[in-house]
Amino acid sequence: MPHAIRADGLEKRFGETVALADVSLSAEAGTVLGVLGPNGAGKTTTTRILATLTAPTAGHAEVGGFDVTTHAHQVRRLIGLTGQYAGVDEMLTGAENLLLIGRLLGMSRKDAKARAAELLERFRLSDAAERAAKTFSGGMRRRLDLAASLVGRPQILFLDEPTTGLDPRSRGDLWEIVRGLTDDGVTVLLTTQYLEEADQLADDIVVIDRGRVIASGTPDALKSQVGGQVLEVTPVRADDREAAAKIVGELAEAAPEIRDALVSVPVADTGVMPAVVRRLDDAGIAVAELSLRRSSLDEVFFALTGHHTDDAAGDPAAREEVPA
Amino acid sequence: MTTATAARPGLATRVTPVEAFRQTLTLTWRNLVQIKHNPMELVDLSIQPIMFVLLFAYVFGPAMAGSVSAYMPILIPGIIVQNALFASMTTGTGLNADVGKGVFDRFRSLPIARSAPLAGRILADTVKQVWSMAILLGVGLLIGFRIETSWLNLVPAFLLLLAFALLFSWASVFIGLAVDAPEKVQIFGFTVIFPITFLSNAFIPVSDRYPGWIRAIMENNPVSKLGDALRGLLVGHPVGNPAGDQPVGGPALTALLWGVAIAAVFVPLSLRLFRRNT
Ligand SMILES: Nc1ncnc2c1ncn2[C@@H]1O[C@H](COP(=O)(O)OP(=O)(O)O)[C@@H](O)[C@H]1O
Ligand SMILES: [Mg+2]
Repeated sequence: MPHAIRADGLEKRFGETVALADVSLSAEAGTVLGVLGPNGAGKTTTTRILATLTAPTAGHAEVGGFDVTTHAHQVRRLIGLTGQYAGVDEMLTGAENLLLIGRLLGMSRKDAKARAAELLERFRLSDAAERAAKTFSGGMRRRLDLAASLVGRPQILFLDEPTTGLDPRSRGDLWEIVRGLTDDGVTVLLTTQYLEEADQLADDIVVIDRGRVIASGTPDALKSQVGGQVLEVTPVRADDREAAAKIVGELAEAAPEIRDALVSVPVADTGVMPAVVRRLDDAGIAVAELSLRRSSLDEVFFALTGHHTDDAAGDPAAREEVPA
Repeated sequence: MTTATAARPGLATRVTPVEAFRQTLTLTWRNLVQIKHNPMELVDLSIQPIMFVLLFAYVFGPAMAGSVSAYMPILIPGIIVQNALFASMTTGTGLNADVGKGVFDRFRSLPIARSAPLAGRILADTVKQVWSMAILLGVGLLIGFRIETSWLNLVPAFLLLLAFALLFSWASVFIGLAVDAPEKVQIFGFTVIFPITFLSNAFIPVSDRYPGWIRAIMENNPVSKLGDALRGLLVGHPVGNPAGDQPVGGPALTALLWGVAIAAVFVPLSLRLFRRNT
């Protein structure tokens, strides 16, 4: 089976709203496909179509070799889904949630209990096994949700924004879990608003915006296209901004952007830093602040589309600045 | 992809009826075991009905019928019907919460019968219905309600109520799918079910003290028909006339026709909403 997931020209309308205009993507078995996009890009709609929850208005998709609309039942036997909104029953305990899924999948009570215990252990939830899920923290709830999607040992797993809203530590935990899954040969489709997350986890990335694929490739290819990091310079004198922009633009071989007092440019190779410092100094430009930080999704979008994301709040993970 | 289907015989193409039944029972269990972790629901299901019976019996009884025990043949059947309508709202609130939280998406991504999540919820709600009917009847018996016919008549009485509640709960399913928060289902309950149950013979006999149009509503209301059928089955005679005969078949049939009409409207509407949302 060459592709575990394959979608061609997916289109989805809700009345007048065009949620997906044209989405094509594919993931080879045993790999992680990252679907990166801002709020409203169509990530959830894409996931829901692939997980057989909703039918596309046009286009075609296969999961595990089965058509998602005509062979939905077979697809459901192969997949696990962790949706954007937690699919755990808050009134049930951690153990009961997993037992429920096991029983629905046809396991005997004994097998379902054993599988639940195994997953609770693996996701460090054993202590909370007998507590109602409504008492869980955000991170625990996500782990339980993920555990629930793994009860049936799916070959293909859909994770819709699994780390949105989590603190950095819980996010790191989830990353480890996802890495562990691919070691077991599971194919993962993961949606995210974080460039860094896609970079960390995905073998291939598809960037979508307003229901269309606007870029795709390996994380490295994508980063070299848009710059993995952003160099920011704040000259002391506002008059120096143009000159500073020219210098950093030349060195980074990319188009600089001036916003207020700040000059920024995407850089693919951070080795340019010493040269930047030297050239600015040679030109007699006094620098108030110079920093290098990871690109936010917004900047990736700007580089790819020329417009900012509608949700310019962007990517909190990329906000930690690296002192130059 | 017939080739792939053939290559993997383990991947059954559909759910067998036996599997579907098992899945429905599992989801019924899920809806009932919730009560264990949410004792408030048990309060809703038991203490609230008990409180209503006692308040109505001791506050209204002497004024309306001369004494608490004389009021019992009116009140107990009436309040059991009212409670059944209110209880059917839990189908809508539960469904709404599941859809909003993503629990429903999880179920629908599993290789289970399409009908199992809804069937499981309705079955669980039916169990809860029987529970509150039993509580109401028990309290009634303690404070003076008498089954003057045969205890066996409880079986058709409960079955009739359950059948009506099941049909009526489609209105609740529709509201549950239409609104964006479980509380809104409850608002519907209060603004629609309260008037329906009060414009009936559930708490007071229909008399010519009311204007004609109110009487017309009271007499034709399915709640009144159910109340009459229940009184016929359990008490055996009209309120205040021990020698008279209270027919059962006519009112029961009219009530069920009402139920069928309600379901005929709300089943297609619910299915349409369901498809629109997905
Ligand atoms: N059920 C729906 N009805 C109407 N519009 C919808 C529905 N679901 C999604 N949309 C719209 O489709 C677009 C894509 O949404 P979504 O797939 O949820 O994006 P994302 O998950 O990337 O944030 C948005 O404009 C959203 O408002
Ligand atoms: Mg989404």
